[in-house]
Amino acid sequence: MPTEPLATFESSVADLGVGLVRTTAAEFESTLAPLLDAPAVGAPLPFEGVSLPDAMETDPTVADLEAAATGVTAAGYGIADYGSVVIQGGSAGEEPVSLYADEHVAVLAASDVLPDMDATFDRLAEDVRRGVGQAVIATGPSATADMGSLVKGAHGPIEVTVVLLEDR
Amino acid sequence: MSADDRRAKAERIRHLLDTEGDSVQQNTRVFNDGRYESTADLEDYEELKDEARAIKEDAIERLPELLDRVTESVESNGGTVYVADDADDANRYIEEVVDGRNVVKSKSMTTEEIDVNDALEADGAGVWETDLAEFVLQVADEAPSHIVAPAVHKSREEIADLFNEVFEPDEPLETAEELTRFAREYLGERILDAEVGMTGANFVAAETGTLALVTSEGNARKCVQATDTHVAVAGVEKIVPSVEDLQPFVELIGRSGTGQDITSYVSLFTPPGDSPTFGRGGGGGKGSGSDGGSGPDGPGADDDRELESGDDREFHLVLIDNGRMEMREDDDLRETLYCIRCSACANSCANFQHVGGHAFGGETYSGGIATGWEAGVHGQNSAAEFNDLCTGCSRCVNQCPVKIDIPWINTVVRDRINRGSEGEFDFLVEGLTPDEEPGGIDLQKRLFGNFDALARLGSAFAPLSNRIARSGPARSVMERTLGVDGRRDLPTFERESLVDWFADRGSRVGPDEARRTVALYPDAYTNYVRTERGKATVRVLESLGVRVEVPAAGESGRAPLSQGMVATARSNAEAVYEALSPAVAAGHDVVVIEPSDLAMFHREYERLLPEDAYDALKGHSYEVMEYVYGLLENGADVDALSAGDGERVAYHSHCQQRTLDLEPYTLAVLEESGFDVVTSDVECCGMAGSFGYKSEYYELSVDVGETLVDQFSTDDAADRTVVASGTSCLEQLDALLTRRPAHPVRLLDGR
Repeated sequence: MPTEPLATFESSVADLGVGLVRTTAAEFESTLAPLLDAPAVGAPLPFEGVSLPDAMETDPTVADLEAAATGVTAAGYGIADYGSVVIQGGSAGEEPVSLYADEHVAVLAASDVLPDMDATFDRLAEDVRRGVGQAVIATGPSATADMGSLVKGAHGPIEVTVVLLEDR
Repeated sequence: MSADDRRAKAERIRHLLDTEGDSVQQNTRVFNDGRYESTADLEDYEELKDEARAIKEDAIERLPELLDRVTESVESNGGTVYVADDADDANRYIEEVVDGRNVVKSKSMTTEEIDVNDALEADGAGVWETDLAEFVLQVADEAPSHIVAPAVHKSREEIADLFNEVFEPDEPLETAEELTRFAREYLGERILDAEVGMTGANFVAAETGTLALVTSEGNARKCVQATDTHVAVAGVEKIVPSVEDLQPFVELIGRSGTGQDITSYVSLFTPPGDSPTFGRGGGGGKGSGSDGGSGPDGPGADDDRELESGDDREFHLVLIDNGRMEMREDDDLRETLYCIRCSACANSCANFQHVGGHAFGGETYSGGIATGWEAGVHGQNSAAEFNDLCTGCSRCVNQCPVKIDIPWINTVVRDRINRGSEGEFDFLVEGLTPDEEPGGIDLQKRLFGNFDALARLGSAFAPLSNRIARSGPARSVMERTLGVDGRRDLPTFERESLVDWFADRGSRVGPDEARRTVALYPDAYTNYVRTERGKATVRVLESLGVRVEVPAAGESGRAPLSQGMVATARSNAEAVYEALSPAVAAGHDVVVIEPSDLAMFHREYERLLPEDAYDALKGHSYEVMEYVYGLLENGADVDALSAGDGERVAYHSHCQQRTLDLEPYTLAVLEESGFDVVTSDVECCGMAGSFGYKSEYYELSVDVGETLVDQFSTDDAADRTVVASGTSCLEQLDALLTRRPAHPVRLLDGR
């Protein structure tokens, strides 16, 4: 992976007010721990050698979701130009986990950071043809200007943090 | 239109200016500024627009085939497709699917078009809008005023008052944060209780049956995830071939609409989705109470339901025809189907900015491209009421991400409305006016559409004609019968036209010594009213070594076109071409003073003249200051022009001139000549030809003009000489400022 998209991604994410933490597979757990406000919920991560803490609820009830302060999911891709993360998957609960908690923590492999929308849509189209039913290009927290001024945190998360796995 | 109708219309506009104008103006200007800023960051903006346009052209061309394709793909994914002929057909199908269950919706103008909420509620279903703006309107029982930000006409204070009155929260709500949190919790409960999630679709990719939803709040995601049944409602025109085709639209839609590089969420769903659901709504916790919000722990805090597998989720894609397939066959309305409903046209419309969508009428859509939609889906009458609010300023044209010629659609619909109405004075008027229109056309339109004939008479009988026109009784008759507002000064006709003046005077640069030879086009205003700017142009061009001729070419067709009199405009265009073609054939240049007439040559003549005639005239015609710029660039001596010596000037370009990107030339020439120039950045002066004369629109016209006046009344601008390129702009500025404005070419004129 050339460093250029990563540098662009980092500055785009910063412009959005989204936090970014770099780590490695080996140090993932210790990197994640301070980012978690209790109660936290999660959806299982697909990266080799990387997993969520045992204590984290990965099969939440409605009440768990509503109460969650943090929700952790993987992101399929990052988009350097926009600072977006792409939340894919469905049956393991990625959608509710990334939507209901106050803060969404997206775990992203550095090798999945794509330079721009062109590259992203090529990959997303391939994925859809392979049967990936859902991909949400998420850029910053949910927001609304419908109540008279811009408010971060509408129906979805108020805050987003990206954990970047540099060796994945 | 009767005087009473005009008065009622003026009253309605005045009411909206007072009640909704401030909020609309504040919000739309944020969107408008944001769009300029965000699209400027996009290196390949023009290429993306071309790409988006090409995808839409192709998709609409191949629509029947793509409809089959999407049906196949959705069905093979396990969903259902229903193509509804019209609103009733769609509602019947959706009612069957919903079957009285609770529905949560994300924002969809297409569901507004078919009034699905009313249909479902009549059938016993609970329906909640979860988009916060739509929720506000549902609570207030009001119609959307903007296709993207439907409650743009309501201020925070008004929303707070509404919520406090309806929901009576323990602590009165005040800030935008408090209002948002309250609505999120209130609607959170409705989402938990719902069994059906209804969304629109911004795009549908036929190959894979993928929906793209462009949202910011996250409510569409929740509506789909939380429920067992997903119903997506979209117009048939939303279909594109494949997921790859979505890329240019995703880059353009947020920037074009609210001025965001991208909205928070662009969801690509290939339904039915398998996210775990909340199962049968209301299974636990608080039930479906309308208890005015939730406790401190938020909705569902005591809801210990497990999530259920989403494998059995049902999906229904309801594709709405409702007139669209007919629009596809209509050469003038077809472009409307390329619209991605971003709202750039409304946001860049000066009238919309000031009075908002509620003034534009229409059953569902309002402002900008809405005329095309309303004419296509609800019929001409629905588009008729306030169709005149499009002044043809053309500011929306370059803003549209799929390059729709929105003013043309408005003009065509206006023409059809003119032709559709029954005239009371057929026999009387038809023989008296020189136009090509049917007798039924409104007298006011006919008056302004035939400005050329009027000006010719006014000039021939000046100054008597000016005195009579200004007399009290005449103005009162004009106001009553023609709707010419008594508060406007009428143009003063010159006895000697520019053409006559020049014929007497002759050219002062001989053919042999001339750097170039030009035909100066004597537009109707320059020829009969503002002859001084024509004379200044002759002298300025001559001082730069140009031989000038002034052929007696008539009105360009702009005046009738702006009244929707397309046939008259075409016959004017043909006559103008005939008058100018000898100069063009001789390799001379055509110089045009009035930007709205140059815009005719460069834009609308493409639709009015044969292709080769259009190309020839467009290729040889220039705006006067653009032409002077070209002369200076090619070696003419700027010292031959009157020197600015640092004179402070405030310049207002003209809407159509800016659309043609010709403003920079005036600025460059004035600066090169030593003037110190500031410019306005409003979309339009508000006068817009005849618009500001019409008694029903006078107050709106002045309201729009005040924004320009404010820009020229700042500390830095208040003492500057005011110049403007357009006749209308000059009239508006003359009426609203104490300084007397002039055309910029007069600053360069040595005498």
